[in-house]
Amino acid sequence: MSAPAPRPRRKIAKYLGLTPFALYVLLFLAIPTTLAVVTGFFTEDGDFTFSNLLGIFDPVILRTFFSSFWLSAVSAVVGAIVGALLCFAMIGTRAEGALRTVVDSASSVLAQFGGVMLAFAFIATVGNQGLITVALRDIFDLNIFENGQWLYQVPGLLLPYIYFQVPLMVITFMPAMEGLKIQWAEANATLGGSRWTYWTRIAAPVLAPSFFGSLLLLFANAFSSYATAAALISQGAQIVPLQIRSALVSETVLGRENMAGALALGMIVVMVVVMWGYSVLQKRTARWQR
Amino acid sequence: MTSSTASAVRPAIGTGATVELKGVIKEYAGQRALNGIDLTIAPGEFIALLGPSGCGKTTALRALSGLESVDGGTIHIDGTNVVDVPVNRRDIGMVFQSYSLFPHMTSLENVEFGLRMRKVATADRKARALEALEMVGLSDKGHRYAHQLSGGQQQRVALARALVTRPRVLLLDEPLSALDAKVRVQLRDEIRRIQTDLGITTLFVTHDQEEALAVADRVAVMREGQIEQIGSPEELYTSPATPFVANFVGLSNRVPGELVDRMVSVHGEQLAVVGKTQANGAVIAFIRPEDVVFDSTGIEATVVGSSFLGSLRRTQVQLSDGALISIQHGVRTQPTVGERVHIRFAGHPVSVGPRS
Amino acid sequence: MSGQSRIGAAPSNTLRWVILGVVGLIFAIPIVSMIEFTFRAGLSGGYTLDHWTGLFAEDAARTYRNLFTAIGNSLLLAVVTVAIVLVVLLPTMILVHLQFPRLRRVLEFICIIPITVPAVVLVVGLAPVYSVVVKLLGGSVWTLAFAYGITVLPYAYRAIQSNLDSVDVVTLSEASRSLGASWLHVSWLVLLPNLRRGILAAAFISVAVVLGEFTIASLLNRVNLQTALLQVSQSDPYVAVIFSLLALALAFALLLLIGRLGSTDRNRSTSL
Repeated sequence: MSAPAPRPRRKIAKYLGLTPFALYVLLFLAIPTTLAVVTGFFTEDGDFTFSNLLGIFDPVILRTFFSSFWLSAVSAVVGAIVGALLCFAMIGTRAEGALRTVVDSASSVLAQFGGVMLAFAFIATVGNQGLITVALRDIFDLNIFENGQWLYQVPGLLLPYIYFQVPLMVITFMPAMEGLKIQWAEANATLGGSRWTYWTRIAAPVLAPSFFGSLLLLFANAFSSYATAAALISQGAQIVPLQIRSALVSETVLGRENMAGALALGMIVVMVVVMWGYSVLQKRTARWQR
Repeated sequence: MTSSTASAVRPAIGTGATVELKGVIKEYAGQRALNGIDLTIAPGEFIALLGPSGCGKTTALRALSGLESVDGGTIHIDGTNVVDVPVNRRDIGMVFQSYSLFPHMTSLENVEFGLRMRKVATADRKARALEALEMVGLSDKGHRYAHQLSGGQQQRVALARALVTRPRVLLLDEPLSALDAKVRVQLRDEIRRIQTDLGITTLFVTHDQEEALAVADRVAVMREGQIEQIGSPEELYTSPATPFVANFVGLSNRVPGELVDRMVSVHGEQLAVVGKTQANGAVIAFIRPEDVVFDSTGIEATVVGSSFLGSLRRTQVQLSDGALISIQHGVRTQPTVGERVHIRFAGHPVSVGPRS
Repeated sequence: MSGQSRIGAAPSNTLRWVILGVVGLIFAIPIVSMIEFTFRAGLSGGYTLDHWTGLFAEDAARTYRNLFTAIGNSLLLAVVTVAIVLVVLLPTMILVHLQFPRLRRVLEFICIIPITVPAVVLVVGLAPVYSVVVKLLGGSVWTLAFAYGITVLPYAYRAIQSNLDSVDVVTLSEASRSLGASWLHVSWLVLLPNLRRGILAAAFISVAVVLGEFTIASLLNRVNLQTALLQVSQSDPYVAVIFSLLALALAFALLLLIGRLGSTDRNRSTSL
């Protein structure tokens, strides 16, 4: 840009162009996030306190964190493996072809916009009168609810969670699969390697950072998910987001005010750690994709 | 070549394999990418496959490697038909155009890979890999990853990797096309030197005719799935068998003339004709720029442009009938635009083609 | 690309279709269950079309008044959210891309934050902000769009940015400026037509996100499609499931359109 420096008036005008967005983000992202993180440190009367934070270590709350971790981890691992398998199945198909576009769109819908509707889907499938429940009962004489109403508790959440984790994995991991250069497979073949050696010695190590990065993303996704759980579990606070619901709806939880803030802080800490890990692994992948 | 370790990489002379392609056919969606290719490569010979994109040269190479199946014909390596032998058992070495180094392995690990596949013991493997890297001048870069190497260095590692297992045949698929001009020239000479030292039968694919002529024992010009002509670089250049070869290899002036038996007359001069015979009558003669000279007794022309190319000059002149002729000459002569000059065709035999 | 499967880089056709078939079947089951459910005639068994035809009955508008209001709310929210994306985000992205290239990282970071800050956390801090908003602009539902604009940021940003990256916006604007165009002309005549693909993708994705949003609406006590669906499901589960299917189908169609948009533009540009 060899033009002379714009006059001060024009420069200010340019910066002014950024203010609507800056203001908007300040009001509806920066301030709410700060409030969410910070209210945990204050009582209703505005006094600084650690009691809300300490509430996190109450066994009840710890158990909800543990449940959230368990649910997120299991659904992430299953989702990652099945999702990776699907990506493998789609290698070599045309990126613009019918199969891919349908799978991509369906994955987007199920992964990101399902929420409440997925809850209905699973009630219709494995609820008391669900299609599968009834089929198993009538055809195989199998009562899947013999040991309790698990659908409306944490283990029951696993099914719908996996249902949206697998598509998310397909969306996030497919680019990595496509990044496998055909020349590597060809070089492996000309050097005397087999299908097995290609996948174990070349593709797997190269895909590993992406795979684990996607795994972390899936964990974060499940951990922060609210709608499906809220729809299936109308009253109850077995996982952290539901605990926040309790804290917001009734003003005190565990006899402490502003528990919601403390829980929010706890969630953000977990999310930041996980997303940081994800970005580290992403950088590794980018380095090889030159 | 006296040290015993050198022999670990260098096989005894004369162990290059014979390669024979007979009537090889390959079809893609009804089109024939290879339309009956016949090619015999002698042990230790360096053959270049040259042609425009789509001519089938890469397909022929990949058919030889096994990465493409063939729909007809045979491929013999040392007398055995390998058409049904899978890629990983053909004992070939291949260098790709780009991106072929495994990104998660160091150069040394990359080079070791083929030895690993052959279950060579670890210590032996490392030693041989290091020698291969030495052979390409990168013994100090063994610990580097592909993204830490320049394009030229990456291709050298790829070459070391392909050669370390002492394959019977070396295949190079446009290995220099993705590199800078200067690196390209350096590397092609190195490849030729190493190939000559090792005596390995080699097939080299390129679309750059200068590269092919500079580096190969014989060049095969391909077009639309067939070999138009195969011969030494000099043969191809001075005696092109068809107009396509005359046009593709080197620069040519296309000058209309009259053909009578084996002599063509252009602008009053008589020139002998080489290559495929044509019917008598109107033809186009292909005359090399260096075969046109400034001569006061020659045809009248006006200079319309002149380019300085470092070691030589190329000048364009226009004849009275409007035709443009390109002349290649030494830098001492410095024609100016608009100058009136006289030119002659220096009498070398030319190739002719139909005037359409 | 059978060559790929010969050397093991890609699965053989049978393996491919076995995997896709099995997983596809399993994933179809919940959808099929939903569809089957909507035809059930209650505990007595047997099937009926009544639940579907009931939507077109004369008094449908009255019976399902709340649901239809909620649908209207969600559509209104979708429109306002898309407006926010077009009026606030898009100009900022173009401005940064052209004039503040060094701020690009910052902008990208800001637009990725909503992924790290889940809606359920954001809403804890949104509640006090919204009490102010309600005082200023009233308590109607469209104000939720301010929060939705934030939740769609990552998706809209990515859609528009990939378009910005693929079209050389800098060169185009420099060329048109040198031909004498004002910034208004440049934006309207040169930039926006070339950003059509990204803008449409961002708009469609935003609509899909808004239609599926539950968390913020529910915890801020507003009524939108998803909260209404949950409520209706207590009294009339059939209608709830029918509308869920319709909403899912609509979102699927929108995203399919985005996919087709992307490919047709690509085909067009490669033919040049």
